[in-house]
Amino acid sequence: MSEGIEVIIKTAKAVREAHDYSGTAPKVASNKVKKTAPIRLKSLLSDWGTGAIIPLAVLTVWQLAGSAGLISPQFLPAPLSILSAFAALTASGELTHHLGVSIGRAGTGFVIGGIFGLLFGVLTGLFRKAEYLLDPSIQVLRLVPHLAIAPLIILWFGFGEVSKVAIILSGSFFPLYINTFMGIRGVDNKLFEVARVLGFSPLQKLRRLILPAALPSMLLGLRLSMAVAWIGLVVAELIGSQSGVGFLINEAKQNSNTEVIFVGIIIFAVVGKLIDSLFRIIERKLLHWRDSYQG
Amino acid sequence: MGEVMLSITQLNKSFDTAGGQVKALHEVDLEVQEGEFITVIGPSGCGKSTLLRIVAGLDTGYSGSVTLEGANIAGPGIDKGFIFQEHRLFPWLTVEKNIASDLPLNRPDIRQKVDELIELVKLNGFEKSYPRELSGGMAQRVAIARALLRNPKILLLDEPFGALDAFTRAHMQTVLLDIWRRNKTTMIFVTHDIDEAVFLGNRVVILEPRPGKIRKIVPVDLPYPRKKTTNSFQEMRLRVLNYFEKVDELELTDGAGI
Amino acid sequence: MSNRAVALGAAHKPGKAAIAGLGLLLPGSVLILWQLLGHYGILSEMLFPTPYTIAQSFVTLARAGDLWSNFRVSAVRALSGFLLGGGLGLLLGILVGLFRRSERLLDPSLQMIRMIPSLAVVPLFILWFGIGEESKVLLIAKGAFFPVYINTFMGIRGTDNKLFEVSSVLGFSRMQQILRLVLPAAVPNIMLGLRLSLGLSWLGLVVAELIASTSGIGYMMSDARQFADTPVVFVGIIVFAAAGLLSDTVVRLIEQRLLRWQDSYQG
Repeated sequence: MSEGIEVIIKTAKAVREAHDYSGTAPKVASNKVKKTAPIRLKSLLSDWGTGAIIPLAVLTVWQLAGSAGLISPQFLPAPLSILSAFAALTASGELTHHLGVSIGRAGTGFVIGGIFGLLFGVLTGLFRKAEYLLDPSIQVLRLVPHLAIAPLIILWFGFGEVSKVAIILSGSFFPLYINTFMGIRGVDNKLFEVARVLGFSPLQKLRRLILPAALPSMLLGLRLSMAVAWIGLVVAELIGSQSGVGFLINEAKQNSNTEVIFVGIIIFAVVGKLIDSLFRIIERKLLHWRDSYQG
Repeated sequence: MGEVMLSITQLNKSFDTAGGQVKALHEVDLEVQEGEFITVIGPSGCGKSTLLRIVAGLDTGYSGSVTLEGANIAGPGIDKGFIFQEHRLFPWLTVEKNIASDLPLNRPDIRQKVDELIELVKLNGFEKSYPRELSGGMAQRVAIARALLRNPKILLLDEPFGALDAFTRAHMQTVLLDIWRRNKTTMIFVTHDIDEAVFLGNRVVILEPRPGKIRKIVPVDLPYPRKKTTNSFQEMRLRVLNYFEKVDELELTDGAGI
Repeated sequence: MSNRAVALGAAHKPGKAAIAGLGLLLPGSVLILWQLLGHYGILSEMLFPTPYTIAQSFVTLARAGDLWSNFRVSAVRALSGFLLGGGLGLLLGILVGLFRRSERLLDPSLQMIRMIPSLAVVPLFILWFGIGEESKVLLIAKGAFFPVYINTFMGIRGTDNKLFEVSSVLGFSRMQQILRLVLPAAVPNIMLGLRLSLGLSWLGLVVAELIASTSGIGYMMSDARQFADTPVVFVGIIVFAAAGLLSDTVVRLIEQRLLRWQDSYQG
């Protein structure tokens, strides 16, 4: 117990010291890091080692129990058979086909929903009148769990592509809308005074102050929207589709082909993670001026 | 010197607060000549920041007249440079881009002026740094360069060195005097540090609080560069201090760091 | 939002009535237009039942008792999933937050599980547990676990170092440090995590009930969709929205009570 807390105190202190600046000297902290690099690497490796204990143990036991016939493969197929199912699906080209379809759907829904979210967010963020007019309605709509309108959308548009894109779109609208709005409203008032003193025109205010200042929040909204689009895709495809990763899972469920269900879930997880990482990299590139990157 | 740059007559300003109206400034009269370095000093709550913000055009709703080169002040603008207590740099722009701000840095004349200003505020080598990589003093020098790029008729400084440590502050005072000597920009400098006021200004305006009004304007006829350790400087400092006898002196020195 | 200068078009703030009026303008006119278009048969009654029809359907369902019994089933599911997932999240969050060793051991595995979209495991859970209560409750629990876990963890790690120093100067014991300092300081984050979890619980419930269920509001909607009984679908959506709002409000109220000491309450 004591060890744990002390470590917390130490890290907190280090963080505070890194942020502590006074005097005229520029803050250069990189030389300090280099000195301790070997030690840090070592502790990093041991961190990974400790972190890998549980997953490795689970995988081993799982595989052994599966090979020994202790677990029914219908219930929980062994890791190796999941792997071979994955290989077979990839070799036949099925996986790439379905994945392509899924990504296409999620992308379309995300782009449409995101553009609307951005547009409305900028509008309500910049203009009070637009806020008073639109924001209450949007907030009420936001209360509805976005997947609950799936049956309605299916009623309206049938089981085709339109309803899937519509389900995804309806989800990805809100994160971008809210974060754009909040980002614009959160611009520091002090910087607005600077813009006044420097005589910025309204357009310059928008370009040089509001947009860059709101960018972190907007990018966060973009990332959240993408995540919601991906979740919406899962549900849309599970409810009813003839192609896509969700269809793969659904079909496998009907045939009790559990390995394929696992492959589908893992694909969903990995692609979702990859998309998230991609957006994080973009964020880091665009926001390198920030003091501390809070991912 | 000679031409009247700024003229303030019968300036009154009140604020509406929860507890009723508070008088911030009461019948302030002040004339500033071109090229003068005015320091304004007073305890907290004497309205010295309000006075500066009115001149900048940031605060409105006053009575009386405030004119810059004979024209009423309509609002903030680049003819009145303003340095805030915090540097208020745009965190997403590098030093040189912060100085340029809304002006295109790729225009040769602006590029050249920015480079000159970087030279003037002694920030060579930091052109491409971001504000987070600068110390407080460096960031404030960028803010000064940003204001100077627009050739202001008058530079208004609202306790710009208040957040800096004593050594940095002394250094910044010399830098500022150097800029003033070279550019001959008219300066109004608000502070609560008597040493700073006497060291910088050729006139020290002493304000008293509640309601904020001018108690005395003390001309400082010491030659530049001044030395804080000389007897004449200390005499001048005491003379200014004397005018605070009735003003709560504790309040003044509190937080002033002297 | 208090930042008034930000809005370019804000010369002066209109009165409260004007704001409310503007806010009601859009939904009000949409509702009236909808009702009129439906009434004169321009909008298909099958696809867009008029607000009045929806209200009628709501009353009928409520009278027959279908609505209440289905809602109770749904609420129990959401709540038990939330309690299970949130409780575990709180527990593990505290454990991992306080002790480095448990962080090293547990956190990587939990982060791996977090990557899996909880809604994608629905078919697997159905295969394992059938379409009974377990699969739905577990699904909701999986969704509810992570926001509480992550926010508890971050709240504990984010405790101000200066306060740690104060507590050492005051001679707090380790236990006192945890009870008097670390946990109270983490409460804002924990409450945020709880609110996020609650939202996810409702979402998980919706999906679980839509995909496989024989009772609950989601089932009622799914069933109504098959028979093209559109008003009932609308009633279901409204019920979900109201339930989500209600539960969020309750947590917010608790949060406000617990966080009275905070300087600025940022909801």
